Amino acid sequence: MKPLYLGALIGLVVSGSIGGYYYLQNNGLNEAQLEAARTLSLASLPTLPTDPSNAVADNPAAIALGQSLFNETALSANGKVACATCHLENSQFQDDLPLGQGIGTTDRRTMPLLGVGYASWLFWDGRKDSLWSQALGPIESTVEHGFTRTQVATYVAKNYQEPYEALLGPLTTLETLPAASPLGNDTQQTAWAELDSEQQNDINQIFANVGKSIAAFERTLLPVENQFDRYTAALLAGESPTEKATLSQKEIDGFKIFVGKGECIQCHNGPRLTDEFFHNTGVASPQNSVQNPVIDHGRADAIAIVEADIFNCLGPYSDANQDQCGELRFMSRDEHLFERAFKPPSLRGVAERAPYMHAGQLATLSLVIEHYNNAPTAVSGHTELNPLGLSTNEKASLLAFLEVL
Amino acid sequence: MKKILILVGIIILAVAAFVAFKMFQPLPENLDTATTQTTIEGHYSVTVSPENADYQRNSLHNWIVEVTTPDGMPVEDAQITIDGGMPQHGHGLPTSPQMTQALGEGRYKIEGVRFNMRGWWEFKLTITANNTVDNVTFNLVMN
Ligand code: HEC
Ligand code: HEC
Repeated sequence: MKPLYLGALIGLVVSGSIGGYYYLQNNGLNEAQLEAARTLSLASLPTLPTDPSNAVADNPAAIALGQSLFNETALSANGKVACATCHLENSQFQDDLPLGQGIGTTDRRTMPLLGVGYASWLFWDGRKDSLWSQALGPIESTVEHGFTRTQVATYVAKNYQEPYEALLGPLTTLETLPAASPLGNDTQQTAWAELDSEQQNDINQIFANVGKSIAAFERTLLPVENQFDRYTAALLAGESPTEKATLSQKEIDGFKIFVGKGECIQCHNGPRLTDEFFHNTGVASPQNSVQNPVIDHGRADAIAIVEADIFNCLGPYSDANQDQCGELRFMSRDEHLFERAFKPPSLRGVAERAPYMHAGQLATLSLVIEHYNNAPTAVSGHTELNPLGLSTNEKASLLAFLEVL
Repeated sequence: MKKILILVGIIILAVAAFVAFKMFQPLPENLDTATTQTTIEGHYSVTVSPENADYQRNSLHNWIVEVTTPDGMPVEDAQITIDGGMPQHGHGLPTSPQMTQALGEGRYKIEGVRFNMRGWWEFKLTITANNTVDNVTFNLVMN
């Protein structure tokens, strides 16, 4: 054999065997894929970030009070709606419906709550900047609890006086107050305007504290370990995954598409598989557009709302100082950039909670994968997606991977 | 000779395949990721560094910008505005970072920076000092 041929052969064998070594070493994942697997696995979940805007965020008494309030149907116009009506404990704290059903029908889908304490922006459009401020929204929404803050204050003073006072200080004595709120119907708004500013402030304070207790409870809802986490843990420990921790070849192929050709990891990253940010992915308006006659602008409309919210991080009911409100202070106010942008949900447990997207537009995960593969034009604004050109096999693998999350 | 060429071709392919196998996402070739750059019109030399080197991607953090004249004299009383984004994805910065403090000796604090995605980010600074405006772009790669 001529030396050159020999050299070529050696070159091939060496590069081939290095590749093969990596292949066998990490169960078919290369180093970059293994690193990606590590970042997505539950072991990478940092400790829960503190919430300086909520002084009782991690207080056990607040957690207990918040749990009762989360399940309290009396905090609603018809006495039948609690947070738990739409956020069901046995269904990852969501309801398997395209749109939530309270006093009326919401215009977006109920979001799952496991790991919600890690989010800096709440709701599909991030129009709330803390969990406690978020909790105040549904209570006064006419289609959810249909309640008002004066009714909340009165109810808590009557039924939760002891735990409330032990935790949050004396409850101001409230004379009988009408249903009143600056966000309610006309009668409620007029009633609110008729209260003096001290009364308004007292009521807002109690209302905020109710939100802070509920938030303390929600912070205890954490993501759970899945088969992918066990598989990754075994690989990272240098073990070959045992039966209990293994993934099928199809699932592994799907993982590779998720972090590679599919580019899913661009937005679904970190151990919750969401970047907690906002993206326009060209999801169509819901079919039943009677309920959504207008285009949902998503994050673009939320910027002004969160900025004007008296219950935001910089507002009078927040326990944070200005330096601790970076998310709000430095949020991008570029409405153009955020036209019809929504927050990617965590993909943990995603297979068990159809339908998908912000108004339940896509009934199955197969339709979700078709959506990403086709990358349709956005209803308004610009989609960030590009068509993927996945084969039938690749789509099946990607689906198999989503099912182990 | 022809056979040798084919073989050489195969070697190159094998090596390229291996490199591709190890690499993850293509960055543009020759991307200049130096953290010290001269502004476009040459008025300033600028160095950027994260305030805390172990910042996490996708968390809000601060950067320190150091501005000097080309011959190394610190530039005081500068105003800095920040822009940028991901050229390969056609979007801007996810937050609106601001210069919040002059730290002295030509050093400035930029608060509110966040990179929510992996890949190539442009971090563009407009620097105004003594009525002289100049621009500079840094290429940062997030993993
Ligand atoms: C009628 C059903 C319904 C009720 C009742 C309800 N929610 Fe929701 N929840 C939703 C819907 C729908 C969304 C998304 C709404 C949106 O984005 O505009 C949501 C979103 C949320 C989110 C945001 C999660 C995230 O990742 O951003 C939290 C937290 C939450 N709800 C907590 C609560 C709490 C606490 C209560 C009780 C005070 C409550 N919800 C009552 C339907 C409901
Ligand atoms: C550009 C960012 C981005 C990329 C890339 C991306 N997603 Fe998403 N994902 C989102 C956003 C935003 C939503 C919510 C969109 C909405 O409701 O309008 C979402 C929603 C989903 C949902 C529905 C979750 C639920 O509870 O409704 C699934 C499943 C999903 N993505 C999977 C994937 C897969 C698989 C890929 C890769 C093929 C991918 N995503 C790529 C941003 C992205």
